[in-house]
Amino acid sequence: MSLELFLDMLSQPCRSVFLFAKKNNLPVEVKLISLMNGEQHTEEFGKVNPLRKVPALKDGDFCMGESIPMMEYMAEKFNTPDHWFPKDLQKRARVNEYLSWQHLGIRMHGSKMFWMKLMAPVVFKLEVPEDKMAGAMEDLNSSLDLLEKTFIQDGGFIGGEQISIADLVAIVEVMQPFASGVDVFEGRAKLSAWKERVVQAVGKELFVEAHKTILSAKDSVKQLDSGKIEYFRPRVLKLIS
Amino acid sequence: MELYLDLFSQPCRAVFLLAKVLEIPFEFKYVNLATGQHLGDEFGKISMMRKVPVMKDGEFVLTESTAILEYMVQKHRAPDHWFPSELLLRARINEYLSWQHTNLRAHGSKIFLLKMLFPLMMGCEVPKEKMDAAMEDLNMSLIQLENYFLQNKPFIIGDKISVADIVAMAEIMQPVGTGVDVFTGRPTLSAWRDRVTAQVGVELFKEANEVIMKAKDLSQNIDKTALEMMKPKFQKMFS
Repeated sequence: MSLELFLDMLSQPCRSVFLFAKKNNLPVEVKLISLMNGEQHTEEFGKVNPLRKVPALKDGDFCMGESIPMMEYMAEKFNTPDHWFPKDLQKRARVNEYLSWQHLGIRMHGSKMFWMKLMAPVVFKLEVPEDKMAGAMEDLNSSLDLLEKTFIQDGGFIGGEQISIADLVAIVEVMQPFASGVDVFEGRAKLSAWKERVVQAVGKELFVEAHKTILSAKDSVKQLDSGKIEYFRPRVLKLIS
Repeated sequence: MELYLDLFSQPCRAVFLLAKVLEIPFEFKYVNLATGQHLGDEFGKISMMRKVPVMKDGEFVLTESTAILEYMVQKHRAPDHWFPSELLLRARINEYLSWQHTNLRAHGSKIFLLKMLFPLMMGCEVPKEKMDAAMEDLNMSLIQLENYFLQNKPFIIGDKISVADIVAMAEIMQPVGTGVDVFTGRPTLSAWRDRVTAQVGVELFKEANEVIMKAKDLSQNIDKTALEMMKPKFQKMFS
């Protein structure tokens, strides 16, 4: 029985896990879970991840959540090339540093854009106050500045000369606001160049495959019935009020 | 090794505790957040991120407590239980350390900030619904800690203490320092706290938490200029 990955490609951490597994040709079975259809609330999924989040991993009887640990687990189990999660003390520390910072440093701010630009106005027909949007954009811009200036090494990747899981985790977060209509690459030559390096390292076809769902979100969310996803409303309201 | 710390900060407490428990020699470099020292030029030369903790090991400078904790364990070849190398146990400890950023850490911090800084920054008491919503989030995180991460094990990953317990305890002490009693009515959590305290050592636990337990003194000690500097950021956070 192969390792199962439960993913919703709208979700950034699901995309990083997908990219890692597929790039390394790991023996995994991808099971798509639709958050918008409430599939995270089924009894079956609850057995895989009681916290009801994606991505989730099931390897025989062993189940876990949290994308970064999942990638580290797969890296160790399948002995992927060292550069993905280097064993060297200082190289590992640099990768860990980014992976830790990003939770609150960029993930939070990029995620907000998906909710504020797409889910709130299009699905829930809620207007986002101008000052809230401006504040969120300011936060996102600060994050992107730090990513560009502090974390991405000149001409290279976050951890150094080679790509690592830090770059996968970063790129998927950057693509979220981008797909929501924010041109994060405009005026950011260093960020754009890094993105191209990541796409090349991962393979253009795989990158496109991983991002096709989120990149068509602007249109696909129009099909969503807010009545079916009322459990998201409190979260949306909290964000915009 | 130099550790730049303010023990008001949870991640600083975790790093401090582990370094002490592992008997790693270090120089404690105090960074006084209440006076805005982290925003000054001198600290900026250490770290542009302007956050604590920071570790400086020779020329190597590292931020982010979870990265620092793993580095210390790896470099000093600490006993395996602190950060187990076995595949499944490693996955479990990483799972906790990843989850906690936006859950227990975020919600515990929010309580601290609302109780200690909101009145100073906003000039009024915290609105009831805001506090209630924050408490609800904290409660949810504590429930998940108990029911998903601890379950009926002595420590988060099993029979022995690890970095996960140190990090979790540091986060819990933040709201506790402001007077929120998270332990009453939670026998599992209380028993776990007692085990962690015993493992780390009662004296050391007390030393690490001395500052946060006097959190209520913060408002008297906060420097007025620093307050003004930090106001825009906090006002945005609180609005």
